[in-house]
Parts: sequence; structure tokens; C-alpha cells
Amino acid sequence: MVAATALAEAATPSAAGAALDIEQVSHAFDIDGTELPVLSDVSISVEPGEFVALLGPSGCGKSTLLRLVAGLDRPKAGSLREDEARITRPHPSRVVVFQDPTLFPWRSVWDNVALGLEAQGILKSQRQRVDDALDLVGLASFRNAYPHQLSGGMAQRVALARALVNDPKILILDEPLGKLDSLTRITMQAEIVSLWQRKGFTTLLVTHDAEEALVLANRVIVFSDRPARVKADIRVDRPYPRHRGDPYLADLRRQILGLLGLDATW
Amino acid sequence: MSTYSLSDGLASGAPRSAPVFAGWLRDSGVGVLASVTWIAFGLSCLWWEDVGDWSRTHSLGIAAFIIAAVALFGTVGADYLGSAGKALRQRAPWLVALGAFLTVWEVATAKFAWLPLPFFPPPQSIIEVYTDDLPKLLDSVFASVKLQLGGYLIGATVGFLTGVSIGWSRAVGYWVHPVLRFIGPLPATAWLPIAFFTFPSSWSASTFLIALATGFPVTVLTWSGVASVSNAYYDVARTLGAKPSFLVLKVAIPAALPHVFVGLFMGLGSSFAVLVVAEMIGVKAGLGWYLQWAQGWAAYANMYAALIVMSLLCSGAITLLFAIRDRLLVWQKGTVKW
Ligand SMILES: Nc1ncnc2c1ncn2[C@@H]1O[C@H](COP(=O)(O)OP(=O)(O)O)[C@@H](O)[C@H]1O
Ligand SMILES: [Mg+2]
Repeated sequence: MVAATALAEAATPSAAGAALDIEQVSHAFDIDGTELPVLSDVSISVEPGEFVALLGPSGCGKSTLLRLVAGLDRPKAGSLREDEARITRPHPSRVVVFQDPTLFPWRSVWDNVALGLEAQGILKSQRQRVDDALDLVGLASFRNAYPHQLSGGMAQRVALARALVNDPKILILDEPLGKLDSLTRITMQAEIVSLWQRKGFTTLLVTHDAEEALVLANRVIVFSDRPARVKADIRVDRPYPRHRGDPYLADLRRQILGLLGLDATW
Repeated sequence: MSTYSLSDGLASGAPRSAPVFAGWLRDSGVGVLASVTWIAFGLSCLWWEDVGDWSRTHSLGIAAFIIAAVALFGTVGADYLGSAGKALRQRAPWLVALGAFLTVWEVATAKFAWLPLPFFPPPQSIIEVYTDDLPKLLDSVFASVKLQLGGYLIGATVGFLTGVSIGWSRAVGYWVHPVLRFIGPLPATAWLPIAFFTFPSSWSASTFLIALATGFPVTVLTWSGVASVSNAYYDVARTLGAKPSFLVLKVAIPAALPHVFVGLFMGLGSSFAVLVVAEMIGVKAGLGWYLQWAQGWAAYANMYAALIVMSLLCSGAITLLFAIRDRLLVWQKGTVKW
């Protein structure tokens, strides 16, 4: 809750986070006629401006849940709401950053970041926002570069800028740092926290790294094996910037790894 | 090049007259050689009497000397000629080969008739075609370009639109795909007899056939390009607020463009074939017709002259297509500057 008050001061009104309600959501895929249950009765209620990390075994259904939140797919049962409004389709107020940056290779960095505004037909009057977003991630000098000229970390920063330029109310991050080297990763973790504190959007972060979840989020949700169920919902009441060596976080980490069935190794 | 600068650096300070000469020989030796082969060509034109009656032998000999002079001074003085000099130096080996080839050709045909005339006309008789039969040749070029361009543009446009529609819409695919499978692989020339007889004019028939030959590969490759666009791109665009029209115009089409160009390239090749056959059989104009006409008169020099023009045009068209592709697909290359 420390963060919540901090961001109440920092956030601009237009960009404040939205509340997210995931209510008894179940989902399944059809694979060759057999049903593969992926989400089972998941209910999560996220406050505006909260930073929620989702942890779970690989393949349990985390990405599937994020796609439902984004509105890219519809759940088989249950409902999702953004600020009381039911989510039925994608909307630029909920933007996803995927594990792969998926930049459009035929567009320059600037044009990639401009994608959202262009798609919404407001680019002409708001070009400044693209420049601002590039400044925000520190890539203004690469505006004319093409994606194949960027390193992995830079590409992911561009993807972040492409999301942020829309002033999302909910930022959805699906293992965005998963493929980066550890140094770049630590730098970008700090950047994400500072962006979140400045902008005040609600953040959902899927990660496979318990430490990352604890350094970034003020709430960590642990899922079970597929079909994913909420196994634990842990508050992380520590001020930012957090330290990796913090004994409080180390304790939580042990607890979380235990929930993930890894207690024997730690 | 890098080894050169390295040895250059090492040799600095040492007496270096030998390396300087070696360097000069490497840079300009080929140019001198080119000049020699062209002088040989010029001499071969003027030294002996022609065995036949050709009017351009003398001028050709003079032109060969001029080219020899240009080759010599252009390569030796390349450092003062900027990019033109550099380009000339790069092509000098080809100038050597060309001069040697022309010399042999000249001697083997016009001078000693080792190759049977009239099937192997000498270079000067081909030059004669370009100077004396120019209006007719130009008319033919113009007719061919017009026919080819019209048919190709129609075929490429229709093929592109069809390919995008099949790739995008299941319903369109359902109806068009079988038709495409049935008709597409048929060589467009197989339609020739029917087309010339059902269309109001041979010109419209040929245009249709060229469009058909172009359209099939363009359709199939555009389609496969659109179909192979990763869903991740659509997901990203949709979460950013893209409408279906944006997904087609700004995601599917740009992503499919590399495939489209492969189709355009293949279509160009097969449409050339149709163009020539159509001109030979039905259209009374164009380079194909010129070839046919020259054959009727046993005017072999005219045939070679027309063939050379034809190959220049075809390769020019492909070069142009590649230039457009490189411009549009600049993002694909690793050498973009910004
Ligand atoms: N479009 C799909 N069709 C069929 N099965 C899918 C699809 N997307 C995901 N799955 C399956 O759903 C399960 C959960 O996937 P996902 O949500 O990506 O897991 P993760 O928690 O690792 O992100 C996996 O077993 C995966 O194979
Ligand atoms: Mg995943």
C-alpha cells in the first residue's frame, strides 16, 4: 500500500490504472477433439494501480489468462471486467508486451512505436507522444533503425514503448524479460518499476522468476499445475527500490518456491 | 583490399618502387589489356577486306579504337575520374573478354568466313541493322513494351488482389482455390488458339494471356505470403486497437511483400515467354513479330539484332523489378544506413 499512495501523487489523471476483476474464469482448448482444461475457476481482483505478478509452472495457463485479459480470446466460463466494463475484445487501454518483442520488421523503431496511435487514427495530431515514449525507454537516437539492427534488450524496450505510448490503464507483461541476459534484465526491471510508479497503470506480470516477481510486484499470485488454479495470493509490503538480499523477500521466495514444489532444492 | 592496405602500411618507409609498379600493374594492367584486345578488334576490322558487302566495317573499326582509348585512359586515370573510373576498372576484365570475343567473331565471319554465312553474320552487319532498320526496330520495341507492360500490370494487380483475398478470407478461398488449382498450372500459351479466336482483337487476346501468365504466380505467392504471416503480429496489432482494414493493409500485406516479389519475378519470366509467342503467332507487331519477319526473309543479322534488344529489355525489366523490391524491402537487408 506504500506504493499505492506513492503513485497517487505521481500518476497523471489520464493514465491512472484501472481495476481488473477476473471472476470464476475457466478456459479450455480443443485439441483433436479432446478438451484440454487450462484455467479452472480463477478469480482475482486487482486494485487500480496494483502491480501483480503471476507465477506458476510452465504450461499451466498463465499466458492463456493474459490473452483473456487482453480480450484476444473469450473465456469458456466466467467473466473479466475492466473498471466494471466487461472485456469482450482487445482495447488499447489494455496492452500486452509478449516474451518475443514481435516488432514489425518492415517498420522503423519510430513507426513501430507509432503503431497504436496509427491504428486508432490519432497519429497525425499526437506524434509527440511517440517521441516521448521513445525518450521514456531511452531509444530516441534509434528512431530510424529497423528491428533487425537492435539487440534483444533494445527490441524489448521498443516493445515496451509501443505499449506505453497508448497510455494503457492495464499493462500486461508476459515474461517480457524472459529471454534477456541477466544484466539487461536487472536494468529493465528497475525501468519497469519506475515507469509504473510514474504512470500509475495497473500491471499484470507473468514471470517464471520468483525473485523478479518479489522485486517488482506488490502482490504475487501463485498458480497450480494445469489447469491453473490460484494456489496462493501473497502481498509484498516492501518499499521500492527493493533489494535482492532483503531477508523478508528471501523468506517469501522460499515460501513461493515451496508452493511451486521446489522446496527440496532450496 | 584489406591485404593491400596492410602490406602498404608495412612497406612504408622502405624503398618501394617494385611494390608501386606491382600495384600499378594490378590496378591498370587489366585496363591496358582491355585496350589491347579492342585495338585488335579494330585492326581486325580494317586489316583485311570483308568477304561480303557490309557498309559499317570502317566505322566499327574506328569505334573499336575509341573504346580502346577510353578503356586505357579510363582505367589508368581512374583515380581522377571518381566513381566512373572505379566502375570502369571493375568492368575491365569484361572489356578484355568482350574485345577478344569480338575480334574472333570478326575474323571468323567477315574476314575468312570460317563460320557459314548468312547464319553467322559479322558484328558490322548487326550494327548495320541498328543504323539502317532503326525505325522498324523501334516500332517493334515500342509495341512489345506496350503489350508487355499492359498485360503485366493487369496480371500483377489482379493476382495481388486475388492472393490477398484468398489469404484473408476463407469464403473467397473456398471458391477461388479450386479454380486456381485447375487453371493455374496450365501454360498460358495453351490458351493461344482459343484466345485469338474469342477475343475481339489479337491485342486484347495477348494482353489477357500475358496477364494470365503473370497472375498465377503472383496470386499463389501473395496468398502463401499472407497465409504465413505470424498470428503474433495480428495479436499485437489488435491489442493496439487495429481494425480489420488495418490488419490487412498494414500487417498482412507488408508482411507478405517479400513473397509477392518472388511471384512478380516468376510472373515476369513466364509473361516474356507468352509475349514472344503471342507476337509470333497473332500480333502483327513487336519484337517477336520482327524475329518472325526476319526469319521469313532469311535476314539473320536482323534476328540477332532483335534478340540482343530483347534480352536487354527483359533483363532491364528484371533489374527494374529488383530495384523496386530493394527500395520497398529495405528493412530486409542488413546494410541499412540511418
Ligand atoms: N491456442 C491454443 N490451442 C491449443 N492449446 C493451447 C493453445 N494455447 C495454449 N495451449 C495449451 O494451453 C496450456 C497453457 O498454455 P499457456 O497459457 O501458454 O501456459 P503458460 O503458463 O506457460 O503461459 C498449454 O498446455 C498449451 O499447450
Ligand atoms: Mg506463457
